[in-house]
Amino acid sequence: MNLLDIQRQMAAAVMTPLTPSERMRNVAPNGRSLRAVANKIIKPNDRLTSFERLEIYNRQYWFRVLSGFAEDFPGLRAVLGTRAFDKLAEAYLNDCPSRSFTMRNIGSQLETWLKKHPARTGSRYKLAIDMVRLEWAEINAFDGTRESPLTSADIAEANPAKLRLRLQPYVNLLDLRYPVDDLLLEVRKNTEELSVASNAFSERHKTKRVAAIARMRPGAIFLAVHRMGEEVYFRRLEGEEFAILSNLRDGKSLNGAIESALRNSTTPADTRPLLVQKWFQTWSTLGWFCPWKKVATSS
Amino acid sequence: MPANKFNGHTDYGIGIGLRVPHYQHILTRKPVVDWFEIISENFMIDGGRPLRILDEILEQYKVVQHGVSMYFGSAQRADREHLRRLKTLVKRTKTPWLSDHLCWGSVDGRYTHDLLPMPYTFEAAKITAQKVREVRDFLEIPIAVENVSSYAEFHVSEMTEWEFLNEVVERADCGILLDVNNIYVSSQNHTFDPFTYVNSVPVERVAQIHIAGHSKYRKYILDTHDHPVIDPVWKLYARAIERVGHTATLLEWDDSIPAFDEVHDEALKANKFLASASLATAV
Repeated sequence: MNLLDIQRQMAAAVMTPLTPSERMRNVAPNGRSLRAVANKIIKPNDRLTSFERLEIYNRQYWFRVLSGFAEDFPGLRAVLGTRAFDKLAEAYLNDCPSRSFTMRNIGSQLETWLKKHPARTGSRYKLAIDMVRLEWAEINAFDGTRESPLTSADIAEANPAKLRLRLQPYVNLLDLRYPVDDLLLEVRKNTEELSVASNAFSERHKTKRVAAIARMRPGAIFLAVHRMGEEVYFRRLEGEEFAILSNLRDGKSLNGAIESALRNSTTPADTRPLLVQKWFQTWSTLGWFCPWKKVATSS
Repeated sequence: MPANKFNGHTDYGIGIGLRVPHYQHILTRKPVVDWFEIISENFMIDGGRPLRILDEILEQYKVVQHGVSMYFGSAQRADREHLRRLKTLVKRTKTPWLSDHLCWGSVDGRYTHDLLPMPYTFEAAKITAQKVREVRDFLEIPIAVENVSSYAEFHVSEMTEWEFLNEVVERADCGILLDVNNIYVSSQNHTFDPFTYVNSVPVERVAQIHIAGHSKYRKYILDTHDHPVIDPVWKLYARAIERVGHTATLLEWDDSIPAFDEVHDEALKANKFLASASLATAV
């Protein structure tokens, strides 16, 4: 057996989900005997069988990836409850094991995966999707690149018919149906207060809050998840603001982005110029714009 | 053997791992620490707080990079994106050498995020050494490979762990990050004499030494980095220093991390052994 064969067999065993009592399975879901794999590749010693030695790595793997995943998605955990979240986490990580050298990217496929497995979230599917999008945006906002920003003067001097702008890579635009930003902030606050409040009270409070939000009629919420200094912030946006920023992100010219965003606007025409000017001043002050550059696309 | 080509001809003393709970203490109190070791992967990002903290640390302290996911022993090629990001960080930190583990952890693009043990075969040694060379050539800095703690051994192994380590470093012409705690943990798990291991290491290749604590279970020991260093590990360290001489030494404490001073004081216990090594050299 060569090195690659050994590594494939061991990795498959190590990444096989544990039993409900957190032990290594005798048989993998694909029917392969893990006991046979262990006996074939791992030496026993005077204290542990081959199976028990392999099991140490199997358990370490799952404890590590599950705890990393839970750390990244406390909001989703609050939405689904611990039991459903734990089941979802195992199913997701089994289907989408990490493909990156860093655990930071462990949730990168979660939104796509959830859309293929709506049953995993039950009646809270839409709320769960919103929360996952927010939590992933937060990860990207936390350590995204910050390029030299353009000032409002830079923008004012350019020809608006031709000017194209890019958003800072750390600015993430989200259109949501539920106020998951409020919910996530509350989950965080709740977790921080755990040291002073009783765990049971905190859990009850969280469950009631999630239930209240889940009962809400879905509406449109527009959000920019961005960074100021080193802190990540959630900034609520008007529909037109969101549309202009999305258009700019997608490569429209300044004029084109504004015209397209305001085409069906209910804002009175005479107040629009001032409003747009105010928005751009705010965005420029926040440093959200950087010079346009063509992004290379892979062929 | 304080300075050699495997640690960039530096002469570092006792360092500790840079960890998040200590950031504020370090930046506000500016304690005297000879050097910090960073986990490379924590800073292979595009922006934000971690990089700002790192830059502040770099202004005041010497920093050495230690990786956890290069997986020199994985049978397949290194991830180019990983290498590119690592090189960007190397330029930022100007680390005089870079270390990562003699292990594997990924296959077919899937990552376990663990330090999995190697089968000690000549084929594995050849593949691992080739990858060490590739990484060194790409990064253009000295590389040191670290022995890991292990909980399993393979039927196919053709040599002992220390023979495998020697085989790899000779083939790759690279340095060794000698982790004496890992030697102790593996010696208990696989029943060998840890001093035989320490005595077999080619001293001229030792770039750095790691010390740490671990957790003992009924049938095995886990390398948890959540306790002070125990006496048998200090004895191994003493033997290593006796053989190698005054060498850059780093205490790892990654879980249940106590206050900065407690970690630093634990690391500074190594001074006793380093001082006798210096004395021996002087005589």
